Amino acid sequence: MPIETSTPAGDLSTSATTAGSDDSKVVFDVRELDVYYGEFRAVRDVNLEVRQHEITAFIGPSGCGKSTVLRCFDRMNDLIESARVDGKILYHGVDLYDPRIDPVEVRKRIGMVFQKPNPFPKSIYDNIAFGPRLSGNKGNLDDIVEQALRSAALWDEVKDRLKKSAMGLSGGQQQRLCIARAIAVEPEVILMDEPCSALDPIATARIEDLMQELKSDFTILIVTHNMQQAARVSDRTAFFTTEVNSESDTRTGVLVEFDSTDKIFSAPADERTENYVTGRFG
Amino acid sequence: MTLLTQDESVAPAGGGDASSLLEPTSGRRGDTAFKGVALVAGLVVLAILALIAFSTTKEAWPAFKQEGFGFVTSSTWIPAENKFGALAFIYGTILSSFIALVLAVPVSLGIALYANEAAPRRLRTPVVYVMDLLAAIPSVVYGLWGIIVLAPAIQPVYKAISGAVGDVPVLGWFFNGESGRSYMTAGIILAIMITPIITSLSREVIATVPSAQREAAYGMGATRWEMIRAAVLPWSRGGIVGSIMLGLGRAMGETIAVALVIGSQAKITTHLFEAGDSMAAVIVNQFGEASGTHRAALVGLGVVLFGVTIIVNVSARGIVSRFDRRSQGA
Amino acid sequence: MADLMDQDVERLLLDATTSRSRKFKNRLASIWMLGALIVAVVPLALVIGYVLMKGVGQLSVAWFTEDLPTITRKAGGGMGPAIVGTLLITLVAALMAIPLGILGAIYLHEYGGKGRTARLIRFMADVMTGVPSIVMGLFVYTVWTLTFGLNGFGGSLALGCLMLPIIIRTTEEMLRLVPDELRQASYALGNRKWRTILTVVLPAAFGGITSGVMIAIARAAGETAPLVFTIGAARNLNLNIFEGPMTALSVQIFGNAQTPFEAAQARAWGAALTLVAIVFAMTILARVVSSRVARRHAA
Repeated sequence: MPIETSTPAGDLSTSATTAGSDDSKVVFDVRELDVYYGEFRAVRDVNLEVRQHEITAFIGPSGCGKSTVLRCFDRMNDLIESARVDGKILYHGVDLYDPRIDPVEVRKRIGMVFQKPNPFPKSIYDNIAFGPRLSGNKGNLDDIVEQALRSAALWDEVKDRLKKSAMGLSGGQQQRLCIARAIAVEPEVILMDEPCSALDPIATARIEDLMQELKSDFTILIVTHNMQQAARVSDRTAFFTTEVNSESDTRTGVLVEFDSTDKIFSAPADERTENYVTGRFG
Repeated sequence: MTLLTQDESVAPAGGGDASSLLEPTSGRRGDTAFKGVALVAGLVVLAILALIAFSTTKEAWPAFKQEGFGFVTSSTWIPAENKFGALAFIYGTILSSFIALVLAVPVSLGIALYANEAAPRRLRTPVVYVMDLLAAIPSVVYGLWGIIVLAPAIQPVYKAISGAVGDVPVLGWFFNGESGRSYMTAGIILAIMITPIITSLSREVIATVPSAQREAAYGMGATRWEMIRAAVLPWSRGGIVGSIMLGLGRAMGETIAVALVIGSQAKITTHLFEAGDSMAAVIVNQFGEASGTHRAALVGLGVVLFGVTIIVNVSARGIVSRFDRRSQGA
Repeated sequence: MADLMDQDVERLLLDATTSRSRKFKNRLASIWMLGALIVAVVPLALVIGYVLMKGVGQLSVAWFTEDLPTITRKAGGGMGPAIVGTLLITLVAALMAIPLGILGAIYLHEYGGKGRTARLIRFMADVMTGVPSIVMGLFVYTVWTLTFGLNGFGGSLALGCLMLPIIIRTTEEMLRLVPDELRQASYALGNRKWRTILTVVLPAAFGGITSGVMIAIARAAGETAPLVFTIGAARNLNLNIFEGPMTALSVQIFGNAQTPFEAAQARAWGAALTLVAIVFAMTILARVVSSRVARRHAA
């Protein structure tokens, strides 16, 4: 069954109407990406671009491989023994999976925020300072910590208790702390894997606002199962779904459509996208 | 995975230069080095065990060579005549450990069940604390108490029992003798020492019984005891057996407390109230003044003890893990 | 499994002819369980009671500072060298066993996982916990004492061998309790595995590891058999762990307990009290540390 992707590999100029300008730089160029766990192909044929200073969202039903694809961008899939990648993810033209590349270096430039907030059982200050300290930065840690907390809209709430344990913060605060922690390392890109799914609506709204502020300094990739959230915050959206492989009775994730968010939600090209965004199936 | 790096059709650099990613980093070496150090530390365990087996056997070899299988089949142990048959000590180890199990298992199980099933919630932690303290008392202190307090105090009890049933068939085979320091006393002290082990391991296993099983029994109108027999015990059987065997292993290896209260007489008898000896006790009592083949023979006892306790321990863990798999499948 | 249980329950309920007999059995069982607890508490109380009673009279400043008497059947002298010996030998043993044990546990949990080498090491560590302490003593005797003579270090080697498998097992348990999300957070920040272990995992597991280590130390401090063949017997203070015999509280108790002299036995009680105090203090401290850690993580 032919799958439509809106951006054929290698050809940038033919993407359909885009929200951001076409001049914004491409940070990631993903070509024919397949992800395998052992023999099982979890996701196939992903082609898309991520542009600078934009928020790109991955949406789709559960199990369609959105998080799997996201975790390719910072090579976190390397941590799973059987995981294997085919195809290319070009980061400013450099293939992230080039054998010469040290994944640790990749992660210094491409940060990640996880679904469940996971602050270290250390003080708030030490959580933020953790990353900079790694790079041997002993100088102006205080400034870095304050900057990061301000950028994460958390400074005012914690400035008087920086030395207290991070575990004492509420869920929403902890997640903003994790964002601040990621920011402190000054990455270019921030990957967010369902960052609000463990939070209440108010905390979620705060983080969505935060994302809009952050995008002027960073490039953001977000996976979300909440498509209204994608519609609210993102500039471009990629819609994934699953295909059933009849012979092996397994499901493989596949990218259905990738386009500007406006287009995906108002005039999607593919019927499956339309069914999903109009709520005809979950 | 392709090996292409720079791709001509995508404008490189400008908003970010990624080419520095391609430069080699030194950090990776740190990981390999650390992993290597950690591995070596783990291998030390293997090295030590192998070394124990090797060096003790080597040291004991003269005695093994001299006695052959007689080392474990003969009960004649007379250093002065260069005769080293360890049977009496093997017997003593087994007998004292057996007594310890007979005494300790009902008590340990009772406590484990009490702690999990019958105790009011507030008492559960104190019970665990008491077991911790029991386990923490060094064996030499138990031995001291045994030889100075227990042995003299219990001797008249032995005398009385022996007087009463000593001539009765069957009972008289066991309950005979008048020595405060005897197999029985050693068994009592060992029982006190292994109770915490059996209790805490059994308690852990009993705690894993799913409440669904318990509720099913209660739902049919069972009393608490009936519920325990129907739900708890069958479920924990394997783990309890395993913990008992681990207690057995500990009892067999216990040296100091036994050395102080067993009486140090090399003889094989079924009379529990008579003095005897065990492998570990003999080693520690005779080592100081032994030399030559005598010393080798004592090390040889150690080798036998090493082998026996390993077998008991490995079997115990095998039973526990087989039980684990069963409960997972259930 | 469920079938078995149904049959058992059925049989039990059918067997019970009168509810009086069932209630009686239940009563009996309850008495058994509570009785078992009492039976266990009695010797504990007796032992601690006697140790306190008979040992407290020995304690004095001289007890802690003076050397052992030359004439054992008379009163006098103190246990200074034995107290120092116990602490010093145990400390050196801990200094050897703790880094090895923690590193070994790190290999098992962070690197080895389910691999063959890791499973073998894990199995052997379990086996090693069951090796009787006297066998450890004999082992060190053959590889160290025969070559290097009677000294405190031989005792430390033997005690270290006893502590090592305990530390490995409890540390591995603690590492397992550290949630994987913390490691992931660290990797996502561009941290290497070894630094993640040192800066995130170990600090997170610190309380539990400390508690386990203290229990291992407490157990080692009370051991006698491994020391009897390896450290010799000294009357005077010897701080050099590599040269010359030393003595320890446990060995003193063992020796004095076997004499018929009142004064010597009294000394044994005093030493027992001192040793039990040290061991209890460490055990209780270990429990406090571990419950404090549990409370902090629950916050």
